[in-house]
Amino acid sequence: MDAQTSFLNQLFDRGLLIDSGVPGLYGRGAVYEEIISGFDALISRTVAEDGAEKISFPPGMSRQSFERSGYLKSFPQLAGTVHSFCGSDHDHTDLLHQLNEGEDWTVGQVATDVVLTPATCYPIYPVLAARGPMPKGGAIFDLQSYCFRHEPSQDPARMQLFRIREFVRAGTAEEVVAFREGWLKRGPMMIESVGLPLHIDLANDPFFGRGGRLMKVGQREQQLKFELLVQIANPAGPTAVMSFNYHQDHFGETWGIHTHDGAISQTACTGFGMDRVALALLKRHGLDIQTWPNPVRKTLWG
Amino acid sequence: MIDQVREIVGRHGGIAVDLAKLGETADLYEAGMTSFASVDLMLGLEEAFDVEFPDAMLTRKTFASLRAIADAVATLTTQEV
Repeated sequence: MDAQTSFLNQLFDRGLLIDSGVPGLYGRGAVYEEIISGFDALISRTVAEDGAEKISFPPGMSRQSFERSGYLKSFPQLAGTVHSFCGSDHDHTDLLHQLNEGEDWTVGQVATDVVLTPATCYPIYPVLAARGPMPKGGAIFDLQSYCFRHEPSQDPARMQLFRIREFVRAGTAEEVVAFREGWLKRGPMMIESVGLPLHIDLANDPFFGRGGRLMKVGQREQQLKFELLVQIANPAGPTAVMSFNYHQDHFGETWGIHTHDGAISQTACTGFGMDRVALALLKRHGLDIQTWPNPVRKTLWG
Repeated sequence: MIDQVREIVGRHGGIAVDLAKLGETADLYEAGMTSFASVDLMLGLEEAFDVEFPDAMLTRKTFASLRAIADAVATLTTQEV
């Protein structure tokens, strides 16, 4: 058994996570949620003066918006779409027959207007664009949602449905670059404050295919993505618990987001992988939160 | 070959400026080519010249100008530039 599977089984045994039978799809026990809440509160205290507009989205977003976002160009392998039965009585009979016979009953399913949210920031761009040009100084959002990525794994740090709390900045290049620079200083201080050794590294998104290779190289050459990495269960190396992304004018152009003077907006975002932070804390400080170092407990729960 | 490259960049590069007036060494990214467009361009070039860019050539530099593209394609086809 590899180290990740072993850690996952310990989390199940303790009731921290609850197995669903599908890799990467887990229930969360009360203690696990206490860790998430504690870190969530730490984030809220840290950003209290930022003036960000707080919005929670469900784990689904508009398919139309998803299609326009360009996600399928970059990550078709990770996307999840919601399909439903839309047939007649006769089709229903066929469906039940297929189910009973162990045949593929999903063939008659039809794509709905909902896709699973792939990243917490995706639903905000059409909302922001619909408001018209931003006021001087741009906009800043504090977002949270579950996200879906189709990558089943026994590594608890690679879930299929997981939470991201994400801050999105839209405005001029100077404004969004300053936002990212600020988080590149503030993020490490927060992670250090809960006793997790870390380092920051240049990174790229998992773009699909050969074209994706060009995208990855371009993203690195332009230093558009950094990650904050912490050791969790993978013996091969640490795992990203935060990312710091500069989109240039990609979303501004895609959605028609404008600054106060009519220019195309630039955007940047910083995300916390909330489940990964909880897992990193459990791995580092132990599965019993009562025995965690006092300074860490105080930072999380007061 | 440069004219053929110019024509393919015109189709796939997503560049708003007049390509006929674009110098051979002008920076295509500065002329408005996005990363997504560069992927379309790469696939367009591969189809037109029946080549496949090896991983080592999949960099921004390879697609940065008409001249850079023509040189890259030439090394793959050993065709006269």
